[in-house]
Amino acid sequence: MSHPPSESAGAAAQPGQGSLSAPVIEPGHTFASVTDKISAIVLSRQSPRSWFVGFAISFVLLMVFLYATGYLLATGVGLWGNNVPVAWAFDIINFVWWIGIGHAGTLISAVLLLLRQEWRTSINRFAEAMTLFAVACAGLYPLLHLGRPWVFYWLLPYPNTMGLWPQFRSPLVWDVFAVSTYGAVSLLFWYVGLIPDMATLRDRARRRVAQVVYGILAMGWRGSAVHWHRYQVAYLLLAGLATPLVVSVHSIVGLDFATSLLPGWHVTLFPPYFVAGAIFSGFAMVMTLAIPLRAVYGLEDFITLRHLGNMAKVMLATGLIVAYGYLMEAFFAWYSGNEYEWFLTINRALGPYAATYWSLIVCNVAVPQLLWFRAVRRNVPLLFVIALVVNVGMWLERFVIIVTSLHRDFLPSSWDMYYPTVWDLAQFAGSIGLFLTLLFLFIRFLPVIAIFELRELVHDTEEGHA
Amino acid sequence: MTLDPTRRDPRAPAPLARAGEAAGGLAPGNRAYWRSLEQLAATPEFRSFVEREFPRHASEWHDVSGRRNFLKLMAASLALAGATGCVREPAETIVPYVRSPEQAVPGKPLFFATATTLGGYARGVLVESHMGRPTKIEGNGEHPASRGATDAFAQASILSLYDPDRSQTVMFRGRIDTWDRFLTTLAAELPGLVNRQGKGLHLLTGTVTSPTLADQIQRLLGRFPAAEWHQYEPLGPDNIRAGARLAFDSDVDMLYHFDRARVVLSLDADFLAGMHGSLRYARDFMQTRREAAHKPGAGAPMNRLYVVEPTPSLTGAMADHRLPLSGGRIESMARAVAARLGVEGFDGAGEAAEGVWDRWLAAVAEDLSGQRGAGLILAGEGQPPGVHAVAHAINGALGNVGRTVEYIEPVEARPRDQRASLADLVRRMRSSEVELLVILGGNPVYTAPADLEFADNLSRVRLCIHLSDYYDETSFLSHWHIPAAHELESWSDARAHDGTATILQPLIAPLYGGKTAHEVVAALSGEAQRTSFEIVEQHWQERLESQEPGAAWRKALHDGIVPGTAAEVRQVQWSPASGTMDDALREDQAGDGEPVEIVFRRDPTIFDGRFANNGWLQELPKPLTKLCWDNAALISQATAQRLGVANEDVVELHVGKHTVDAPVWIMPGQADDTVTVPLGYGRWRTGRVGEGLGFNGYAIRVSDQPWTARGRLKKTRRRYPLVTTQDHWSMEGRDLVRVAAWDQYERQAGHRQPNGDAGGGDAGGGPAAQAGHGPAAHGGHEPVSLYPEYPYEGNAWGMVIDQTACIGCNACVVACQAENNIPIVGKEQVGRGREMHWLRIDRYYEGEGDDVAGLLGNPQTFFQPMLCMHCEKAPCEVVCPVAATVHDHEGLNEMIYNRCVGTRYCSNNCPYKVRRFNYLQYVDEKTEVLKLLRNPDVTVRSRGVMEKCTYCVQRISAARIDAKKENRAIRDGEVVTACQAACPTQAIVFGNINDGTSRVRALKELPLNYALLDELGTQPRTTYLARLVNRHPRLGAAPIAGAQRGERDQEGERTGT
Repeated sequence: MSHPPSESAGAAAQPGQGSLSAPVIEPGHTFASVTDKISAIVLSRQSPRSWFVGFAISFVLLMVFLYATGYLLATGVGLWGNNVPVAWAFDIINFVWWIGIGHAGTLISAVLLLLRQEWRTSINRFAEAMTLFAVACAGLYPLLHLGRPWVFYWLLPYPNTMGLWPQFRSPLVWDVFAVSTYGAVSLLFWYVGLIPDMATLRDRARRRVAQVVYGILAMGWRGSAVHWHRYQVAYLLLAGLATPLVVSVHSIVGLDFATSLLPGWHVTLFPPYFVAGAIFSGFAMVMTLAIPLRAVYGLEDFITLRHLGNMAKVMLATGLIVAYGYLMEAFFAWYSGNEYEWFLTINRALGPYAATYWSLIVCNVAVPQLLWFRAVRRNVPLLFVIALVVNVGMWLERFVIIVTSLHRDFLPSSWDMYYPTVWDLAQFAGSIGLFLTLLFLFIRFLPVIAIFELRELVHDTEEGHA
Repeated sequence: MTLDPTRRDPRAPAPLARAGEAAGGLAPGNRAYWRSLEQLAATPEFRSFVEREFPRHASEWHDVSGRRNFLKLMAASLALAGATGCVREPAETIVPYVRSPEQAVPGKPLFFATATTLGGYARGVLVESHMGRPTKIEGNGEHPASRGATDAFAQASILSLYDPDRSQTVMFRGRIDTWDRFLTTLAAELPGLVNRQGKGLHLLTGTVTSPTLADQIQRLLGRFPAAEWHQYEPLGPDNIRAGARLAFDSDVDMLYHFDRARVVLSLDADFLAGMHGSLRYARDFMQTRREAAHKPGAGAPMNRLYVVEPTPSLTGAMADHRLPLSGGRIESMARAVAARLGVEGFDGAGEAAEGVWDRWLAAVAEDLSGQRGAGLILAGEGQPPGVHAVAHAINGALGNVGRTVEYIEPVEARPRDQRASLADLVRRMRSSEVELLVILGGNPVYTAPADLEFADNLSRVRLCIHLSDYYDETSFLSHWHIPAAHELESWSDARAHDGTATILQPLIAPLYGGKTAHEVVAALSGEAQRTSFEIVEQHWQERLESQEPGAAWRKALHDGIVPGTAAEVRQVQWSPASGTMDDALREDQAGDGEPVEIVFRRDPTIFDGRFANNGWLQELPKPLTKLCWDNAALISQATAQRLGVANEDVVELHVGKHTVDAPVWIMPGQADDTVTVPLGYGRWRTGRVGEGLGFNGYAIRVSDQPWTARGRLKKTRRRYPLVTTQDHWSMEGRDLVRVAAWDQYERQAGHRQPNGDAGGGDAGGGPAAQAGHGPAAHGGHEPVSLYPEYPYEGNAWGMVIDQTACIGCNACVVACQAENNIPIVGKEQVGRGREMHWLRIDRYYEGEGDDVAGLLGNPQTFFQPMLCMHCEKAPCEVVCPVAATVHDHEGLNEMIYNRCVGTRYCSNNCPYKVRRFNYLQYVDEKTEVLKLLRNPDVTVRSRGVMEKCTYCVQRISAARIDAKKENRAIRDGEVVTACQAACPTQAIVFGNINDGTSRVRALKELPLNYALLDELGTQPRTTYLARLVNRHPRLGAAPIAGAQRGERDQEGERTGT
């Protein structure tokens, strides 16, 4: 698979490989049809009305985000509902939620690449984009939640006249490294993967501006064998680099909590359980985005039921790990005999925030069990609903972990309730706006599916049946 | 010249007025003044003026929610607009000191002795002054009413001094005027007065103990024999005075000696926090307890406190046995005790004693009769005179007089029945006999009993002059308003509860041109040119004898007390006029048949309303309810259930035809069918801080039932939000406040080896606390760590808080606030859980399994002061990403404000939740005058920064510098934290735990010492002494928290957790 498939190779792809599973690409596609269909979204096709509607809504939300952020910086984090004892709330909930969502991209791109799961091809590009945008949203929260955000760079190890380093025992410093590394590697990985497609767009673009812009972004890609060779090596190396990050980022986010002595946070289980939760929510988000995308742009041939089914299986597996995590949390609390841990467990289930806890159990444990059924996995609207439910459930999980642990800890005298303010909600809705705006722009201006990889797939499928 | 009837205060009848309604009261049409202002305010010139003068608030003009503030500012701006022409500072050449003022060293504070008064009585204080500006108040150790301690009011008075809302100009009928014009007016009145022998001149003051003022008034009355002097103090001790008169047929004051008392029975007397002399009484009472607790087995006697009261007080919270009893039944209780003790004249007629009550009476009687001469029974100001008389009778019969209680000459200059005195004034006002009314301090329009209709009758006074520190309700309805100088700005004098006089000296020239009562009385006497200083100095120079002229005066000023001025002890005879006892007891029967008893009490933080504009006191959580910024009608759980009301439900309270709306708050330990109404709220004219908060209890207080009234309570469908700093009252069965029974503790501690292994010895049921080990004294658990302990050489600071002695009085909280520049945040932010107090007092209840009292019926109350524990293994430090909180070599957990970025993880990881975060810009950095208030040794924190208790590191540094200069170690007791200094009961001890001879080390080695949440391995440097309770053996040993704890600890060790 080292030579680039040429557009003129026009033999029809044969039906999928065997009867065990649905095809990863619908039969009947040629190199040309793949290229046409995907590049047309960017270059020639009129954007559908739904794109404009979606983009408009997202853009309004983005403006809400900017307004909320501006007011926050001018006034202080007191705009939010945080208090003592609940000093972290929506800020960190949303941070962890977004970071979790950002996990699917790397997993799909890197881990599945290394495992040679070819079905990843149709979804990796926008999963990576989604990762990037989610990490961007996530990264903003720790900055904005600081009391004095203008000195955020004190968390970075840089030479300074004060002769001070960050305090390396703090998991928040680890977090800075983990998230920034993850963001950087994700960006590189995504961009490197885009280069051959940039060249395709450059070549097919009619308008001068598009030719220049895509030309610059293609970095002189000519499709020579040397290019392809170096590209493959670089991509594999990056995949190798990115793979440990899938585990490390969310482990460290888990350690943000686990290193504390707060009941409900002080749990050794957190790193693996957080990683599973992140993949769980990441796949749910990919599904949430892929289902409308394939419907609107007619990409059912490329994002097939097989993709959706596989993602549903990953969700089921990680969902079970997460459920096991919930069970073990409760078991540890009981088995430890620690009165504070046990109180926390009871308080989660029966205290003032019990509704969030039970909603979380329904969303993350009960509902995903439907995915055991093949019929459910092939029912696209139902999958969409389940994915949404899991997204909500994972947000609630972070709420339960953060708020219910903090609001009643050791001394009953300091117990208090947390209620979000309108600014908490505006900031959250706004960050969704930021995410969607970036995503809509991505759909409009970049190929949502890796064209050259699909062409490879067409070629491979063809050869396999030749 | 009579008052314009349209000048009735538009905001007056607004009980529970929301801020919006109050602002609505500024509607045009009330006064020409406001109309013109609104016209003026609309002009572009005015707006540009405002923007120039108040740039920060200028934008609020465009902001709907900011309009109210803007209206307030307009008032101020208008005043300034009028004043700019004449009060501009002249340009002058500034010359540095040619000769430095005596003792003034820049950066080193000076301390001056003076006093602050409350209800007329002095508490001696030392005021810290930095380069001429007073910043902090400490107690005066020489003063008999202070002994070095202060209360929350004294601590907060420094804020009142700088309060920008204090009245700043003389006002005449609502317009700015001058002192000179006032003098001219007065001078015009004087000839007429002289002709009439002073007829028509009426003077209204509060309780006067000031010898100088009393002397001045006497001389004024000498000059105007037909003039009248009325006194009214809304929380005055009329009943106490009447009780003494009933018993002895003469006016005497009581002086109690709690240090000599072994058994105390308090009949609704809050002697630990609510009486004149409470600071001293609390100290004396706790001294006995402390000495016994700190030397177990030495045979030191322990006292026992019985309290009967309708509504929980701090004294009730400290009681070994407390009985909630509605106010009207206390009298029969007192008579029953007297009968049991066989006091002559009491035959036991009264309420039938049965069940628990019978056991209670038996125990009290047994203890009191077993401790003849060392017992003490006292009644509170809220009890009718008859109860006081019974108390006097019992004390007399048991031989306590002369030992635990002494009768002394009255401290007040002229003891009077003040209610009658005010009623007399109002009667004369109504009949238009009052030509010239001079009100020296006080705010009778607000505080006078509702049935007197003081405000309405004030309009019949021809000329009314009001001296007060705020332009308040009374000022608004008076013709002349004279701004009063603050006590820290004036020369004056006052006497303590035992009669000792203190000369008040000013710390600073009047900031706002205030005048003193001395000057106003002098002006009335035609001596307007005399200053307060001359008046006070002359008074004392005439009376002080000394070898060298002026030496005694200077010594009295320096010491803060005038020697030899204590009141003389009187020998009195129990001589109740026959029949008067029964009459007295019938006094409070008025309004019988009404279903609910309404009990009026002073507010624990804003007193009678005079501190309404003091933000520190408004935000200070009430010791028992933990409410701030509001008052509430307190009712018991059972009554709330019966009425179907819950917290924050608004009810109508009716007394006769008077009514007020009040939110309800459920108060554990409240007597059933009794509603407590804290006075002092519902102010409609005081300042930006205090207006429109709470409800006005005075609106239903009538002169014949001033303390306990019968009334009705009606539900409404409204709710009123209240904010509290502590939502949970239960310890959830956790090991937080440990309690030990005195007899068990003494028995076991007596057998203990001095430094033996205390922990293993006492099986379940014993005191849970265990001896500390090593210098760090961590309590029972040995630290388990992979790392070696950090060796602390030199000083290792630590603190011990004695929960037996802590009475929860809040003095330390305000002291900490004053010392450390802690901002207030306002009601809305407190409601969000963002109060900033570095030191808070946690209050927990634990139910007694008694049959009178359910869990909430009569719980045991515990106080636990909570501040940074300065953990040796501080969880906050490891999680800070920028090393903004670090440990120092003396064991302090330090907070570096300018390094803090505000991640707040430290707060999340603090098990004690003592860290406070500046969620918004809480410190007012714009108001110039408040800058004078700040302690220059403590950083002022901006928004986005975490802060917490530092163990008063600035005081440690000051002591270290002094010690280094003298090349010595810091002595024990040289560093006194602000909370420790203020504490009336010396419950807080701070020092070097490495020093084997230090007090703090000795306390840490007591078996009572324990570390809170020790099992977390935080190794806190602040530890607690378990609370000791001295129960009567036959009153049923209630479950003692510590006993269960002990068992559980043992069990925990066995299972290895």
